[in-house]
Amino acid sequence: MAMTRVVLGDMVLSKNLPPGATLCAVFSLIGVVIVVVGFVLRINPLLVVTVAGLATGIAGGLGPLEVVAAFGKAFITSRYVAIVWLVLPVIGLLEDAGLKERARAVVSRLRAATTTRVLLVYFAIRQITAALGLTSLGGHAQMVRPLIAPMAEGAAENQYGELPPATRNRIRANAAAVDNVALFFGEDIFIAIGSILLIKGFLDQNGVHVEPFQLAIWAIPTAVCALIIHCTRLLLLDRRLRKELSQDSKRA
Amino acid sequence: MITLEHIYWLTGLMMAGVSIVNWRDRSNRRRFNNTAFWGIYGITFLIGTELPDLVNGFLLIAMVLVASIRGLGQGADDSSRREREESARRWGNKLFIPALTIPIVTVAGTIAFKRLTINGTPVVDVKQVTVISLAIATIVALAIGIVLLRPSPGAPIREARRLLDAVGWAAVLPQMLAALGALFALAGVGNVVSNMAQRWIPLDTPFVVIVTYAIGMALFTMIMGNAFAAFPVMTAGIGLPLIVHKFGGDPTVMSAIGMLSGFCGTLMTPMAANFNIVPTALLELPDENAVIKVQIPTALILLAANILLMNFLVFRR
Repeated sequence: MAMTRVVLGDMVLSKNLPPGATLCAVFSLIGVVIVVVGFVLRINPLLVVTVAGLATGIAGGLGPLEVVAAFGKAFITSRYVAIVWLVLPVIGLLEDAGLKERARAVVSRLRAATTTRVLLVYFAIRQITAALGLTSLGGHAQMVRPLIAPMAEGAAENQYGELPPATRNRIRANAAAVDNVALFFGEDIFIAIGSILLIKGFLDQNGVHVEPFQLAIWAIPTAVCALIIHCTRLLLLDRRLRKELSQDSKRA
Repeated sequence: MITLEHIYWLTGLMMAGVSIVNWRDRSNRRRFNNTAFWGIYGITFLIGTELPDLVNGFLLIAMVLVASIRGLGQGADDSSRREREESARRWGNKLFIPALTIPIVTVAGTIAFKRLTINGTPVVDVKQVTVISLAIATIVALAIGIVLLRPSPGAPIREARRLLDAVGWAAVLPQMLAALGALFALAGVGNVVSNMAQRWIPLDTPFVVIVTYAIGMALFTMIMGNAFAAFPVMTAGIGLPLIVHKFGGDPTVMSAIGMLSGFCGTLMTPMAANFNIVPTALLELPDENAVIKVQIPTALILLAANILLMNFLVFRR
C-alpha cells in the first residue's frame, strides 16, 4: 500500500522522465535490502556487500560488466581506508615482546586504577585531543588493542583476580566503544575536520553561507552531553563489575 | 613528492609478505586460501592504479569468493603468555616508546608536512597529509622497534601476518563498504529515501520536522555506514527546505547537530565496519556485534539529547 503511494507520487512529479524510471528508483533500494537481510542472517559480510553492490548497479541501469568495473573502480579509490594496517608489523613485534603484558603490569601497580577510571581517563584524553584536531592520537589497532584494553583488563584483574571470559570480553568491547564515542563527539569541535568542511561545502552549493568556527561552536553542546552520558555509563560499568565479580568469588 | 601511491606500494608489499608467510605455514589447514586472499589484495595495492577497472572488479570478486566459499584459516601462534611476560619484564617501559611513536609522529607529521617544501614543491601530497603521516609514523616506529628489540629479520612481517589473520576478512570490509557507498550514490539511493520520508511523515510542525531530520540522519547513516553520505541527502530533502526556509531555523545549528545525530547512527551499525566490526576482530571478541551493543544505549540517549538541543537552539533567534 505504502509502496504504491510512493510510486504514484513519483510518477506525478517526474512526468518528463521515461516510463519505468521511477520503478528503477525504488529498485535501487534493493542493495539496502540485501545488506540488511545479509547482516541479519549472518552471511559473510564481504559476500553480502558484493552482491548488494552488483544488484544496486544493475538496478541503477548498468550492464553486468559495467557494474563489475564500477565496483572495481570504487574499491581502488577507497584503498586509503586500509592504510591503517601498516601499523601491524610494529604492533605485532611489540606484542610479541610483551607490550600488552607490560601495559597490564603498569596498571596493576597503580592501586587507584579501576577499569572505569582507566576508561574515563582515556575518554577525556581522546575527546580533548580530537577536539584539538589530533584525531590520530588513538585508534583500535594502534591504541586500544595494544594498550587501552590490556590496561582496563589489568585494572579489573588487580581488583578481582582472574576474570571470567564474558567479563573480559565486556571490558574489551567497552574499551573499543570509548575510543569511538570520544572521537566522534570530540572531532567536530575542530574547525578543519572533514565533516565541518563537508557541511560548509554542501551549504555553500545550496546558497546558504555558514562559518566553520560557528559550526564548531554548536558542536560543543552535544559533545558535553556525550561526555556526561557515556561517562555515567562507565561508572555504572564499575558497579556492575563489582556486583558480578564479588558474587563470583563468593561462589568460589 | 610522496603521494598516496607510494604508501599503497608499501601496503602492497606488506600484503605480499603476509601472503608468502601464509603460503609457507603448514600449521594452517587453509593456508592457500589465505595466500590467495592477501596476495590478490596486495596486487590491488601494487598495480591497482594501472589495471583497468574491470580487472580490478574481477580481482575483488575473486577475493570475496576465496574468503566466503571455503573461508580463511589461522596459523599457530608460537609465543606463550609466559614467554611474553618474561620478555615484558626484561624490556620494561621501553616497550611503550615505539607504540607511542606512532601517534606522536603522525600528529607532528600532519602539522609539519603542510609547511615543508623543497624548491617550492611540497614534500608530501598536502591533500593526503594525515594518511601519509600515519604511514611514515609506522615506519619510524618499526625502525625504533627493530633497533630496540633486535628481532630476527622476518619477524615484523610474521607478526603482521599473525595479526592480519586474526582480523581476517574484516580487514577488507571497511574498504568494501566505502565502495558500496559509492555505488549507492551512483544509483541515487539517497533521493529515493528522502522522497519516501517526505511522503510518509506529516511534516507540518517544527518539532516533527526536527525529529524526522535527526532520526533520519541516524537511520540513513546506519544504512550507508557513514554520516557524510547521509548529510547531503537529509539536508537537501528535509533540513534546508523545511527547518531553514519554512520555519526559519538557523542553518549552522541545524547542520552541526544534524551531523552529530548522524554520528549516533554510526555507533549503531555494522556498516561502519572500521569502527564497529574491525575492533571486535582485533580484540578477539566472539560476538561481532559486541561493540555495537555497548554503544547503542549511549547512541540512543544522545540522539534524544540532540533532538532536544536542536529544538531549543535552532529557533533561538
